[in-house]
Amino acid sequence: MNRLDIQLPGLDLKNPIMPASGCFGFGREYAKLYDLSQLGAIMIKATTLEPRLGNPTPRVAETPAGMLNAIGLQNPGLEKVMAEELPWLERFDVPIIANVAGSTTEDYVEVARRISTAPNVKALELNISCPNVKKGGITFGTDPVIARELVEQVKAVSKVPVYVKLSPNVTSIAEMAQAVEIAGADGITMINTLLGMRLDEKTGKPLISNVTGGLSGPAVKPVALRMVYEVYKAVDIPIIGMGGVSSVQDVIDFMSVGASAVAVGTMNFVDPFICPKLIDELPAKLDELGVKHMKEIIGRSHR
Amino acid sequence: MIQQERMTVVCQREIAKNIFEMTLQGQIVQEMTPGQFVHIRVSNLLEPLLRRPISIASIQKEANEFTIIYRAQGRGTNVLSQKQIGDEVDVLGPLGNGFPVEAVDKGGTALLVGGGIGVPPLYELSKQLNARGVRTIHVLGFQTEEFAFYEEEFTQLGETYYVTDDGSKGFKGFVTDLLDELQLDFDVFYSCGPLPMLRALSSMYEDKKGYISLEERMGCGIGACFACICETNEGQEKNYVKICSDGPVFEKGVVKI
Repeated sequence: MNRLDIQLPGLDLKNPIMPASGCFGFGREYAKLYDLSQLGAIMIKATTLEPRLGNPTPRVAETPAGMLNAIGLQNPGLEKVMAEELPWLERFDVPIIANVAGSTTEDYVEVARRISTAPNVKALELNISCPNVKKGGITFGTDPVIARELVEQVKAVSKVPVYVKLSPNVTSIAEMAQAVEIAGADGITMINTLLGMRLDEKTGKPLISNVTGGLSGPAVKPVALRMVYEVYKAVDIPIIGMGGVSSVQDVIDFMSVGASAVAVGTMNFVDPFICPKLIDELPAKLDELGVKHMKEIIGRSHR
Repeated sequence: MIQQERMTVVCQREIAKNIFEMTLQGQIVQEMTPGQFVHIRVSNLLEPLLRRPISIASIQKEANEFTIIYRAQGRGTNVLSQKQIGDEVDVLGPLGNGFPVEAVDKGGTALLVGGGIGVPPLYELSKQLNARGVRTIHVLGFQTEEFAFYEEEFTQLGETYYVTDDGSKGFKGFVTDLLDELQLDFDVFYSCGPLPMLRALSSMYEDKKGYISLEERMGCGIGACFACICETNEGQEKNYVKICSDGPVFEKGVVKI
């Protein structure tokens, strides 16, 4: 028996661990370090219709137990991702979750329509929560009415289930979750980064050239946990949880509050082998908890 | 091949003001070339969180050791400077593409220009160039005398000039001021240091072959996070490069600086 497998819309996961979008590129760098087939899935870097160069540097800054980033969705564009990155990833036995971003509804719809036809793309992650781009991104993710319309349009063209990545930078994340569920979302991924700042101690000026950046890493875990807990109560669609996962205990925590699977973001930078390490450590943790299968953990905080 | 290894500290000493020399022992030394860097996790805790990219100053393959020279200036490097002999440090490396030593033929002359904490990678480069029978000239700039290091080491390898902002050691001014005066004859230049210095050198020696090493805030250090991007000049194959994995060393003129 595989004690770790999890079934979600479109996704047959060997285990609930996957690298989060934006923290793993298109897998090429990490493939030099370990076999990507070990992973539950891979959430690839956000793809936009046209190539994007992103924001000026510096784009990252460290914060206590976390980091700020303002990469700005740099990616080679849909055509190149379809022609080079996705076919290259086919050598691994791992489902791909394609993160779809855009500046306009039309952009999102077009990227979703085309990228969902790639044979290894088993689900989309609709990125309506990137805090680092002026147009699109978070503007779609902070208004339930706009988010609902976008999800409806993307659902209409996607060949695979659509997960929506929610922003924590809202008054009520449960309300946003409900809006995308009504619109037909198959699942929710959460949370994206929290908008933050860091100053240069000498000059008092922002350290990141974009002024603000998205805060991630262990520092955000308590916020992410609370939000997954709230959203689990508010919707019936599955949640892939993320936000500061750095240990097996963090994986258990996210699943306890209601996540069906867990993504690892910033910690990939700190320990590039973190994902396979967590996968290896999970069975012993299940023994310790007296649990036969991973899915018994899901939502136990609520019971 | 990039590896993660717990390496042992075999030497740690302050060689100038807040400048530390640390020698680490482990297997990944065998893969290292001059100009590459390592990404060091200074603590097993989550604070400080990110790894620190630090250039390789010298490689002692027979002893399985390599040396870094770093400035203790923030939380991470301060923690690193507290490590004692026998402590273990989590090292990811070797990373990036280093200086091409083969760019100068035997009997040729290389000019090595360094500024501040950009000086260390030039040391291993100079050692390897010398081993190839290349004559090396070193022009090394520092803020003041108290921050300067490795005079004896560089002098043993070739003609060495020190430059300081206030003249407390060697020539007073910028390295480019001294270079203007010296009018050196050489085949290839290699440089690492502040951007204005790299910019000035690149335009000063427009007709010469040259290599520059860049620095930027990094997330992953292996090319996945897109944090350390640099735009390229027109005519290049790609419109951007990643300093961590495409660099940190680039041929002069490739990137916009």
